[in-house]
Amino acid sequence: MHPIIINNVGKYYKKYSHKHKFLTIKSALVNKTFFSDLERDEKFEALKGISFNVENGKTLSIIGENGSGKSTLLKILAGITRPTSGEITTRGRISALIELGAGFHPEISGRENIFINGIILGLSKKMIQEKLSKIIEFSELEAFINSPVKTYSSGMYMRLGFSIATNVDPDILLIDEVLAVGDAFFVPKCIDKIYEFKRKGKTIIFVSHDLATVEKISDEVIWLKNGQIEMKGYPAKVIDAYMQYIGEKEEKREEKPTEVSTENRWGSREIELKNVKILNRDGKEKYIYKPEEPMIIEFDVITKQKEDDFVFGLAIYNPEGILCYGSNTSLENYRSHHIEGKGKVKIQIPELPLINGMYFLDLAVHKKDGYPFDYHHFQYKFKISSKFKDLGITRISHQWKFTDNINVKPFKPKKR
Amino acid sequence: MIEKLKDLYKYRQLIFILVSRELKARYRGTVFGFLWSFLNPFLLMLVYSIVFGVIMPARWPQFEGKTIYYSIFLFTGILPWTWFSSSMLESANVLIIYGNLIKKIKFPIEVLPIMVVLTNMIHFILGLPILILFFIVFAKPLTGWVLFLPVAMVIQFIFTMGFGFFISSLTVHFRDIKDILSNLMTLWFFSTPIIYPFDSPHVSGRGWIKLLLWLNPMTHIIEAYQYAFYYGSLPHWKKLSVTVLVGLLLFYFGYKIFDKLRDTIVEEV
Repeated sequence: MHPIIINNVGKYYKKYSHKHKFLTIKSALVNKTFFSDLERDEKFEALKGISFNVENGKTLSIIGENGSGKSTLLKILAGITRPTSGEITTRGRISALIELGAGFHPEISGRENIFINGIILGLSKKMIQEKLSKIIEFSELEAFINSPVKTYSSGMYMRLGFSIATNVDPDILLIDEVLAVGDAFFVPKCIDKIYEFKRKGKTIIFVSHDLATVEKISDEVIWLKNGQIEMKGYPAKVIDAYMQYIGEKEEKREEKPTEVSTENRWGSREIELKNVKILNRDGKEKYIYKPEEPMIIEFDVITKQKEDDFVFGLAIYNPEGILCYGSNTSLENYRSHHIEGKGKVKIQIPELPLINGMYFLDLAVHKKDGYPFDYHHFQYKFKISSKFKDLGITRISHQWKFTDNINVKPFKPKKR
Repeated sequence: MIEKLKDLYKYRQLIFILVSRELKARYRGTVFGFLWSFLNPFLLMLVYSIVFGVIMPARWPQFEGKTIYYSIFLFTGILPWTWFSSSMLESANVLIIYGNLIKKIKFPIEVLPIMVVLTNMIHFILGLPILILFFIVFAKPLTGWVLFLPVAMVIQFIFTMGFGFFISSLTVHFRDIKDILSNLMTLWFFSTPIIYPFDSPHVSGRGWIKLLLWLNPMTHIIEAYQYAFYYGSLPHWKKLSVTVLVGLLLFYFGYKIFDKLRDTIVEEV
């Protein structure tokens, strides 16, 4: 018995194609295209035949770029729009947190809005009366509940909306990116509430760009791409593939110069560095790395004539231009004897304990006194995606220990 | 369709709370508050009383030469007309104004035009005591035909509601309707015997005008109120029965169209 069954669901929107927009009513009448211009002839397919089931009590997250069809799918699930093709079956009361506080009337008080919103969400007046104090308490708006909603800050607005929507006591909870606007104190509370729903065995569909939260709370993740399911499966696996894809796309968009730009490259070129590649453990070029993942930097070295004074160096900068790490063969006490012809250098990095973010890589070969043969500055990029959101430059390995009277438990991911 | 309307009954609490919210919110922040419900038609009546009672007084026999009677007659027509015309103009906007709600929450969207018509009906009801007060203060006798009022209201409700469904769903697709409508309502106002009686010589003397008025369902609805209050006699029940039929037909087709456009409304607002 699946609470949500989606079978080959498709949705398209009709649009006016651009060429058909008539210039004036007169021209449309003269050319007798008035009525044909009113016909919409361009289809936009938001969803292209999607099928999946959600098991009872499971949390399914949907990730994907903007415009991939996530919100359309959620709207279909919530029953706001109907699919153009395919079938959808849902069992149980659905509460959709698509926009918190949708339907609040700014002129009337928070308390009155609880009733209105609750009734719009399908509760009876009596049920709301029973839950009123719980809703107000959870929203932490006791002091403002009798003021008009227009005086609320956007955070307060969201708090009230979340309180109402989650107190509807749904069997299926749909959440669309609503936590993005909350303040630092309320969001963890919302996440806790979502966990509470999980514990109670409710089915949750979660749409978010916050991949860390997605990975934490979901049992399964669907990656939507151009209205189709690109991938479906264990959170870590799907998120990894998605981030890889995003990274590659970003890389393409920023048009990594094929020829290393001269501005950020200098040196006499008696020794040249070429074909710099950042590879993962399988020898594939990759852009995003987890801190605990090995990385290999590989490049070709071409020398014009025999040299005996040379040092290879690398440096990692963050986008602020702070040197996060730098080293070279000389500093590491390698003795360079001679170099000739063509060669290859590999730098093996077993793990990269850097914090989340983008990094730039410098590579260089120079003489011991600093005379540059070939210096590549800020030419290569990679991204670190850590499951922690710690601060600083590097993650210093550490462990927390508490005595028994301090009850702090680490977050335990679910068994899969 | 009957099934769907029955379903709507389940949403009566929603309709009720939306209407009360509209009523509460509309005049919040104004000095006169809900007094505006009858101040608006009252001021409109005042304008017409000055124009047609004082500046260019019409000598219609119905008013026995008393300007104040003319004012009472005006008010009898303007009050239900305001219900109708406000409902129309607001229906044209309501789905667009509530677009955010429609797009984010699942609920039967026909409650929105229903809310509009009901809200304006309540404004109408709030204006009734003032109307009755006028009759008492200016010693114009009221008859038992006043009891005909609920019948007139039901007919007007059906007619207005049908139109409301029609206008609200179509405006989402053709926003021009909003502008057309506001002008049309002015024309319609003057094509309805509100500021003049139906059997004034201006109307009955010219056949085509009479026909135009006769074909206008609002003529018969407004006349029903005038008969119930002002003339104190039995309304033209034959004309009124036809109007009821027209109203029911309009309601049926209005709802049909609304229902047909329902899915596209979510995408278009």
